[in-house]
Amino acid sequence: MSATLPIPLVDAKPKAPRFRVAVYEGAGAEPLSSEVRTELVCALIAKGFSTSVVRPNGAVSPTNTGTLVVLGQFAEAKPERAEDGDAVVHFREIRNRPTAEVVALAEGIRAELNLPKPGGWKPWFPVIDYDRCTNCMQCLSFCLFDVYGIDADKKIQVQNNNKCKTDCPACSRVCPEVAILFPKYKHGPINGDVVSTDDIRRENMKIDISALLGGDIYEALRDRSAKFKSRFNKERDADKALEERTKCLVKLGEKLDIPPEVFASLPSMDQIRTKATEAAAKAQAALDMQDRK
Amino acid sequence: MSIPLRILYCNCSYANVVPKATKEAVLRALTESGMPFDAVPDLCEMSAQRDPSLHDLAGENVKIVACYPRAVKWLFHAVGAKLGDGAEVINMRTDSPDSILPKLLPEVPA
Repeated sequence: MSATLPIPLVDAKPKAPRFRVAVYEGAGAEPLSSEVRTELVCALIAKGFSTSVVRPNGAVSPTNTGTLVVLGQFAEAKPERAEDGDAVVHFREIRNRPTAEVVALAEGIRAELNLPKPGGWKPWFPVIDYDRCTNCMQCLSFCLFDVYGIDADKKIQVQNNNKCKTDCPACSRVCPEVAILFPKYKHGPINGDVVSTDDIRRENMKIDISALLGGDIYEALRDRSAKFKSRFNKERDADKALEERTKCLVKLGEKLDIPPEVFASLPSMDQIRTKATEAAAKAQAALDMQDRK
Repeated sequence: MSIPLRILYCNCSYANVVPKATKEAVLRALTESGMPFDAVPDLCEMSAQRDPSLHDLAGENVKIVACYPRAVKWLFHAVGAKLGDGAEVINMRTDSPDSILPKLLPEVPA
């Protein structure tokens, strides 16, 4: 990894608190049978718990902060709740308890803490491969849903991943460097598979996007000396151009594997125009900043 | 002092992109092995939620059994967590349990 990588977006207040369950078979606890351990771990994972199997013969990741629920067959009685540095530890005895009951113990603690149940949505959002990204800003200019933004150093980053449209990989197709991943996508290289030279050379990617956007933005973004122009303002009749592009979107949707729901949720033409202008300005500002460096 | 090896398993719970049979076989083998390990329902969800636990799960000497290495690396990076050069990612989307398990568990013959 190079030293010039952008600082990833990390909120001052993280969205998700640390919460983990440990199936504890270390010192001071009796080991579980293989069957019980397997059933319990599978059940915990199925309920969305990050789970560590703690055994005497190796290491798991540390838990120095947050909440840890420790499930075990303890040799001595443990307090229900204890504090260990910045971590709060909840011990629960699981001897002779059926798996469903043990899982319910963990669920009860999660509910007490008002933590959200995981799995409410398919985690679909772009992930940038900064080994490939050239900070060209095409993704920022292309996305109409404000998923992308720029950091303090004018580097592209994913800022609003919850605004991304599930199953829509369109922005990854705009990227000339194949630097945008959707790990849950079906096919490579968008899913993170190795990028081949054929992927980069794939002309239809450029042709599709060029057609999608009326052929202006791609060229404009690549030609910094010409300065950035709105993706729509080259047209003499902007409204007509937008209508044509809407039709074009539907056709290309099938070709680009973009779900119809995405088109259904597109902003109005006026909003698109505004967003495109704003995005173009942001992208150009970032590109200008790069040029000055 | 050497850094002990850790194993991290991702269940990719919220999409059908990793073969279910592969996930089940790998998780079962891990639990039956008696080896310590970390398991998470879905690394993508954790990254999307900017779960700080990813910082704990990252590290130098960790074997991650999940999906494509490029995806895993940048999912961690998205929250500011760095996988060390010694981190190894094993791909359950493309590899079979027969090829995965010898890489994870020393007692399983290749």
